[in-house]
Amino acid sequence: MTSVNERRAVMGLLSRARPDRLAELLPALPEATELRAPQVGTVMVQGRIGGTGAAFNMGEMTVTRCVLQVGSFAGHAHVQGRDKAHARRAAVVDALWQADPGSVAGLLATLQAEEAARRQARAAKAAATRVEFFTLVRGEDA
Amino acid sequence: MYVAVKGGERAIDAAHAWLACERRGDPGVSELSVAQIREQLTLAVNRVMTEGALYDPDLAALAIKQARGDLIEAIFLLRAYRTTLPRFGSSVPLDTEAMEVTRRVSATFKDLPGGQVLGPTFDYTHRLLDFTLMAEGELPTAPTAPIRDEKVPHVMALLDRDGLIEAAPQGGQPIDMTRTPMEYPADRALRLQAIGRGDEGFLLGLAYSTQRGYGRTHAFVGELRIGAVTVEMEVPELGFAIEIGEIEVSECETVNQFKGSKTEPPQFTRGYGLVFGQNERKALSVSLVDRALRWEELGEDFAGAPAQDEEFVLSHCDNVQATGFLEHIKLPHYVDFQAELELIRRLRRNAHQEAAE
Repeated sequence: MTSVNERRAVMGLLSRARPDRLAELLPALPEATELRAPQVGTVMVQGRIGGTGAAFNMGEMTVTRCVLQVGSFAGHAHVQGRDKAHARRAAVVDALWQADPGSVAGLLATLQAEEAARRQARAAKAAATRVEFFTLVRGEDA
Repeated sequence: MYVAVKGGERAIDAAHAWLACERRGDPGVSELSVAQIREQLTLAVNRVMTEGALYDPDLAALAIKQARGDLIEAIFLLRAYRTTLPRFGSSVPLDTEAMEVTRRVSATFKDLPGGQVLGPTFDYTHRLLDFTLMAEGELPTAPTAPIRDEKVPHVMALLDRDGLIEAAPQGGQPIDMTRTPMEYPADRALRLQAIGRGDEGFLLGLAYSTQRGYGRTHAFVGELRIGAVTVEMEVPELGFAIEIGEIEVSECETVNQFKGSKTEPPQFTRGYGLVFGQNERKALSVSLVDRALRWEELGEDFAGAPAQDEEFVLSHCDNVQATGFLEHIKLPHYVDFQAELELIRRLRRNAHQEAAE
């Protein structure tokens, strides 16, 4: 049995993956039955007033969703953007992972490492622009 | 009287064909790709996503290309496309505290947890044209520094701890202006949606007017942060929330002077703005206008300033609506005008007769 949190993490990683990179890592798809064909739509993104208060509607984002059956497992995907192949691949990986996490462990580890590297690179550039304040000693205080 | 309304078809086709040629420009100059617009005109893309109220950098870049760089036209294209898509639901409200910040500054506190991070800003540039950009330059690089694993709490939380600032209001599911006709008075959540997708120039002008004294609110930038946040959504058939992507947002919160009123103790008040992409002028403008519109709930005087007038602000801030109504007067009004022409001729005839009698 696999926990919900682990599956959430896998699905999140797949939704944020670059579609072309996922296609490179998973060029051939196993046979799958479409339970819900890939469909492009939107999700209304909500924010909170003051960051922590009541919810408000910011605007929508494009999302593609898809449900596929591989073997006896239904794989779900909701991925950012309008790439149907991305949604199909994400759903397949979700199904394969439910059947046997080990079967897609290598793929997920690669995506994880590449995402971490992208985030690190961004954070390192931000860190370089962090202001280090210092106070000048005035003459009469010296 | 429908006369001479036919016959424009050939002219319209020819006009559109010519428009396509003008869009392409000099064929001797290489064509601009959508990816180039997305990567190199990112701030224009961000504006189109924010005012188009649809986060999709590829579509926004395509719209900019199609609109020949006319951003309001591009926003119109994006809004029109949006209406063709089904809505899957609403996200879980963003957790901006967990944002991976690329920029974060506060004008009210110098030293704060997480620090002041300048990020890729135009601030402190000299605004001198850089002629090296006319040549094909070398690939620029940015310096890096070790990452500190540090939380970046909202600045407001620091003031909130001491009760010096009003608490953020709580509430239920917000009304969505794209699904429900606007009604006044609008609550704050609805106002934030409307001005968030409103025209940047219009909101900038209104925000500036409050600084110059038309509905003054003495705003300090408590915090401005820009960065990436993950978006989560509850999926009913799964029974749990999943992350569906990562978007860049700009968030601004102002701290405003407030002396207290009959119902409120003396404390600071806040204005808030949250928009798509790196778009800080817009986030700042929204938070100033948000605060100005709150005069009534805070028991302040209505000074008659445009930025305080909710109906004026909300019904004129949308540039797609505004340009649609403004530009429709270019279209044939032959019959309307014919009626006016006949009326004025009759009035003149009557005036002549009266003068003669």
